[in-house]
Amino acid sequence: MIRTTPFHERVSAANETGLWSHWAGYLVAEKYQVAEKFEYFAIRNSAGVFDTSPLYKYRIHGRDAESFLAGVLARDIRTCRPGRAQYTIWCDDRGFVLEDGVIFRHSTDEFHLTAARPNLAYLGDLVGRRQVIIEDVSDHYAALAVQGPKSREILAALAPEVADLPYFRLVTSKVWDVPVTISRTGYTGDLGYEIWTPADDAVRVWDAVMDAGAGRGIIPFGQIALLMARIEAGLLLIDVDFESSRFAWNDHHRSTPIELGLGWMFRTIDGDDRAFIGKEAIRRELAGGTSRWSTVGLVVDWEEHDRRYRDAGLIAPKDHVPVPYEMMLYDHKHRRVGYATSFMYSPVLQRHVGIARVRPKLARPGTRVNLEVTIDHRYEMVGAEVARLPLYNPARKTA
Amino acid sequence: MSKKHNYDAIVVGGGHNGLVNGAYLAKAGLKTLILERRHLVGGAAITEELLPGFHFTTFSYALSLLRPEVIHELELTKHGFMPLLMPTSFAPGWDGEYLVLGKDHNENLREIARLSPRDADAYEQYDHDMARVCQAIKPLLDTIPPNLQSKDPEELARLAALGAYLRDLEPRVLHNAVRLLTGSAADFLDDYFESPLLKGFLASSAIIGSKLGPMSQGSGLVLLYHNIGEHDGAFGTWAFHKGGNGGFTQVLARAAEAFGAEIRLEAPVVAVTTKNGKATGVTLEDGTEFDAKVVVSALDPRRTFLELVDPRELPTDLVEDIDRFRFQGTSAKVNFALDGIPRFPALGDRWDMFRGFTNIGPSMEYLERAYDDAKYGWYSARPYIDGAVQSTIDPDMAPPGKHVMSCFIQYAPYHLRESDWDTERDRFGDTVQATLESFFPGFGDLVIHREVVTPLDIERVVGLSEGNIFAGEFLAPQMFFFRPAPGWNQYRTPIKGYYQCGSGTHPGGCVMGAPGRLASQQILGDLKK
Repeated sequence: MIRTTPFHERVSAANETGLWSHWAGYLVAEKYQVAEKFEYFAIRNSAGVFDTSPLYKYRIHGRDAESFLAGVLARDIRTCRPGRAQYTIWCDDRGFVLEDGVIFRHSTDEFHLTAARPNLAYLGDLVGRRQVIIEDVSDHYAALAVQGPKSREILAALAPEVADLPYFRLVTSKVWDVPVTISRTGYTGDLGYEIWTPADDAVRVWDAVMDAGAGRGIIPFGQIALLMARIEAGLLLIDVDFESSRFAWNDHHRSTPIELGLGWMFRTIDGDDRAFIGKEAIRRELAGGTSRWSTVGLVVDWEEHDRRYRDAGLIAPKDHVPVPYEMMLYDHKHRRVGYATSFMYSPVLQRHVGIARVRPKLARPGTRVNLEVTIDHRYEMVGAEVARLPLYNPARKTA
Repeated sequence: MSKKHNYDAIVVGGGHNGLVNGAYLAKAGLKTLILERRHLVGGAAITEELLPGFHFTTFSYALSLLRPEVIHELELTKHGFMPLLMPTSFAPGWDGEYLVLGKDHNENLREIARLSPRDADAYEQYDHDMARVCQAIKPLLDTIPPNLQSKDPEELARLAALGAYLRDLEPRVLHNAVRLLTGSAADFLDDYFESPLLKGFLASSAIIGSKLGPMSQGSGLVLLYHNIGEHDGAFGTWAFHKGGNGGFTQVLARAAEAFGAEIRLEAPVVAVTTKNGKATGVTLEDGTEFDAKVVVSALDPRRTFLELVDPRELPTDLVEDIDRFRFQGTSAKVNFALDGIPRFPALGDRWDMFRGFTNIGPSMEYLERAYDDAKYGWYSARPYIDGAVQSTIDPDMAPPGKHVMSCFIQYAPYHLRESDWDTERDRFGDTVQATLESFFPGFGDLVIHREVVTPLDIERVVGLSEGNIFAGEFLAPQMFFFRPAPGWNQYRTPIKGYYQCGSGTHPGGCVMGAPGRLASQQILGDLKK
């Protein structure tokens, strides 16, 4: 039977639509209100809360925790001091991405790692003789993301430490009487935080946040609004923008970090004295320029898009709900040069946008490609430009 | 004259069309100066903090018809363009009757069926028919209309192209368009619906800004205009810009400046200077002169032709046409700072229906009777009210827990019989508040502050003649070929180098930005010749 999260009592009362989806075995709201776009604007203009409890959460601790993680995670955990967090990935030995997640460093030898999928066996098998303990603490904690321009003032009213908490830092605090960890992290590309709370106290934390946000436009938002925000933010989603190499049937379904636009993680790889999994393959790829793809933003030519539909006697669709399929990209000679893995109409950008893969030589921002759409049940081409990710990047996100 | 006072183009008036026009001219490389009389840009699209923490959209209060071309070509999203969704529309009726429409089409049909089962599918048909007409008419909003008077082969070709375009429309769509453009909203709506509340709700769009009742011939045109706004791919949808419409015009100003336009505030222009039938620049109230070969008036036709230039320099026919151009403003605003959200007893503690327009116009008859008062020179005893508690959508508009409510009011005719607006201001405010009280008992107790904006205030503060919010009535004889006058519907004037770009030109008001954009095309085209 499908499980419910520690916030369920509140989440189910707030969901007016009766629309739910299943995420990692948990019931989560697709949207709370009829207008998911209203929830999206809470992220971009006021504040929204999102129940992100279904994430897998691992506690990794012990004397050798740091050296263990330094060899498993692609980003150098040694540069992540206590009180900080890192977005990271882990790869296989061929340099293909297995998964991504965020690692939180609480102290010298105590970490928490979030993941979209179970990883206990995978990580456990790599421990060897090191003094590292990995525990699945997924059910111990609930997680509430509080995102949006007003998130700081709302949370600072509950936990003053938040007021000057920098991007990707964490702090332990109390919300009402509940001990929590608050991190300045999220999946929306906006100013935002995540509150990690003991599962038993989740409802109290929800109530405290909603109480502090009253009159400031705070509302819960569902999966649809989250996925809209994350596309604009250029944040990748497993099983949508990439697949885990562990479960891919062939290399077409595998991606390297360079191909996913995560090359920035390896700027110092040559001087990196770690032997992390996949390192040699990644170095070879960087040296040989053998990447098959580049992950880029995509912005559709609005004029051509609208004209194509108008010429057909139709109103150009501007649907902000991300599409659940890939869309093909072609060059001017009608050769297939890539595909959009995520696609939507962005209300803040007023454009159809996407996250796409193109051949590396086409990755320069401004490069023109053609996007395949269907109009009157026929394939048609609409121009689009390659753009830098993130597509929407407000200064407040990191300020 | 010092060199720094030389510009390629000067735009008189920093309302939304002046800003749009100036931005396009600057984008094309012209050294452009935008002159605004007041201490802030925006014209009628401004937001003011009249009480600490309470932000009022003093005049214009929502967005729908803004041309997508303007958004994209002026790169407004880079400068903070953010049209926030209004998730609901609310039409309270008498005796606890109400209609709440939202963003789920099928839920809306159920809601309408509660009032009248047959109106549910009629609504689908109406929605579709209206969208077809909007789709057909929309291209006309985005092109410079032909000049009927011209024998220039280019103009004749454009006229022929227009004829061909209309010929190719589906006959029924064309017929519906003509019925709307010339007929009454009441006749059009009666063909579909039976519920008085639903009809009142829909017909309200047919009177906004116009001295017409829903039963007046010609009100269909206003209904069509208020449905033709195409926001994020859906006709007839409205948004509330972050920070109100003043937030929007600040975005426009930033865009204009980013393209290189210079904006000067508190710079009232008293005259456009001319020499040998050509514009040479402008003179400010304090005597400062600016030179430019292109001068664009974003003011209304009366000010453009009869005040900024000497009417004796213009053809007599044009002067007469402008003299008889109808303004007859009939709208007012009453804006409230509220201590809490109003309550509608039939819906108990529910308040989600206030996250959009609240339409006080429970039947077409209510609207028509409100108009009756105006016909004979008085404001409505029971006015039509288009309310918007904007702080439910944008919490920055009011302090936490408090609200601002913008109320657009009709009818409030500019010319009052045997009284004047300064005398009637408070009584008028009381009338509006009493009407709100009758729908939302206890409303008066919530009022922290009340701002009454009469048509005379609109004229005095914004400069719109007779307080007409469209810079001239939306009547068929004042549209397209004839806006603002026959032969002068292409943004030019008889004075070479002097142009018009305000809402008094095609396609008109409603914060479309189209006049400013199309005028810039005409100006830039003429400069190339």
